[in-house]
Amino acid sequence: MRSTPSTDAFTLRRRPPQEKLVDIGFRQLTLVLAASVGVVLVAIFVTVFSGAKEAMATFGLRFLTTSAWDPVNEDYGALIAIYGTLVTSILSLLIAVPIGLGTAIFITEDLLPRGVRDLIGLMVELLAAIPSVVLGLWAIFVMEPAIRPFLGFLHSTLGWTPFFATAPQGPGTAPAILILVVMVLPIITAISRDALNQVPIELRQGAYGVGTTRWGAIFNVILPAAVSSIMGGVMLSLGRAMGETMAVTMIIGNSLNFSVSLLAPGNTISSMLANQFGEADGIQVSALMYAAVVLMILTFVVNVMAQWIVRRLSLRY
Amino acid sequence: MSVSTPPTTRHFTERLTLHYDPSLKRNRFNQIATAIAGFFAVVAVIPLFLVIIYVLFQGGRLLSLQLLTELPPAPGLEGGGIGNAILGTIVVTLVASLIAIPVGVGGGVYLSEYAQNGWFSRFVRFGNDVLAGVPSIICGVFIYSLIVATRIFFDQSFSAMAGGIALSVLMLPTVIKTTYEGLLLVPQELRWGAYGVGASRFVTITRITLPAAFTPIATGVVLGIARAAGETAPLIFTALFSPFWPEGLFNPIATMSVLIFNFAIMPYEAQNELAWAASFVLVIMILGANLLARWISRVSRT
Repeated sequence: MRSTPSTDAFTLRRRPPQEKLVDIGFRQLTLVLAASVGVVLVAIFVTVFSGAKEAMATFGLRFLTTSAWDPVNEDYGALIAIYGTLVTSILSLLIAVPIGLGTAIFITEDLLPRGVRDLIGLMVELLAAIPSVVLGLWAIFVMEPAIRPFLGFLHSTLGWTPFFATAPQGPGTAPAILILVVMVLPIITAISRDALNQVPIELRQGAYGVGTTRWGAIFNVILPAAVSSIMGGVMLSLGRAMGETMAVTMIIGNSLNFSVSLLAPGNTISSMLANQFGEADGIQVSALMYAAVVLMILTFVVNVMAQWIVRRLSLRY
Repeated sequence: MSVSTPPTTRHFTERLTLHYDPSLKRNRFNQIATAIAGFFAVVAVIPLFLVIIYVLFQGGRLLSLQLLTELPPAPGLEGGGIGNAILGTIVVTLVASLIAIPVGVGGGVYLSEYAQNGWFSRFVRFGNDVLAGVPSIICGVFIYSLIVATRIFFDQSFSAMAGGIALSVLMLPTVIKTTYEGLLLVPQELRWGAYGVGASRFVTITRITLPAAFTPIATGVVLGIARAAGETAPLIFTALFSPFWPEGLFNPIATMSVLIFNFAIMPYEAQNELAWAASFVLVIMILGANLLARWISRVSRT
């Protein structure tokens, strides 16, 4: 168009057809790329469900409540793995939430100079960056031998309860819970810190203005104002803990026998998949896929709940 | 109601004098609560110290040229290195990045620049959050059924390509989210200015909007790559493992993360040591990438 300058300066420039084509093409391209998220998600669900169909037809819901895992007789039930997944993730959160929340409060309050607080925050974030397989290696060779005396003490004092009834002998559910604590702690801390930082300063000033103390303000004003984001973060970490594979697989012992004791070897859905999926064939593949469906539904429900909590429970201030 | 004013004022100022009495119940409670929070902060930092110290000492003392350039030994033998696994991690992560970054940035551009906040964009953003929450082992199972079991690539089952694709599924949500959120931060005036001087939509996005959001996108992408490099679960039954040098994209390939997993549970001292050495290299790479991402975001902010 530039080659034939128009005499009238106010004539609108005509857009050359190739420019329009590029515009429309780029828009359609990004549309397709955005849609790929949905395609991948649907493909994951369809693939895993169709893989599990055979086991679903054979075992039905009995799969969820029986603990047989017998490749010889081709009889499978996922109770051990489901129980292990729920117990490890929930107990690890019970430990990690107070610690993570306490850390978040500590680094958002002005108790220490800003530099020190930022350093603690940075270190907790770097902990999140360490690969889970490295944490698993560390758990096998460093953490588990180090905490075994403590677990032995638990066994000798609380051995009369079913939860500590077996003597600790290396890999087990309890070390797996502890390594999960290390893994979800940074997530809880980071989300709680962001949530606390977003509470408007006026709320805190108001609380101090009517004469409360630091912790009075924290417990009665700041935490209630941030509770929805914190709860969302907790649910998100719960989903992460349920799906966590490598560190848990390396330290939980991958037992096929059911035991309520936390000191005995256990199993989770994800560690069962990691251990057996590569070598499985026939209906065992399908049974593992069925277990994967259970895991996927669990994490899906937890994640959707996390989003729902953040949206519905947020206080309007 | 006394008639003489001076005593009342004195009484009044006395009452108003601010003094901090640590023995008050509420102050006691404050001190205890602060101590507990501080204790928790220390507890939260301890694991990082212990992990890093052990990885640096156990792995760092094995560091040598031989370690970085040789193949792992057969079980029971001494010596050897993790050269093939280092190369393999780079190859697989590169494949994942080449898929996830264009797709993710494109998707993010659509969500931020074109979408009308209708059902489609809400569905994509919801799906993105769900995809981010899908356990990584499920990604492995998915790619195994889709690519490995069907032997879709030249009749090859386990391959570096399959591993890379599995990692890209894992990276995708991070890239989309950071692109979308980064683009939202770009001031609307920049776009209007570009349209005002006659730029087309395509030129505005590629020459104005995306460069303006480069920092947050680059930070997110670097963090996503670092996370993918350390992932193991999606690789165990897609890329598998190989004791040899990489043989192209369509053969099984060794990666550091799978090497750590395989060698950690072997009953041989030499293999365990190589697992520590691989952890050292992997942790240094990942922490380096994290600090790089932080540096990117700090440099451009000033």
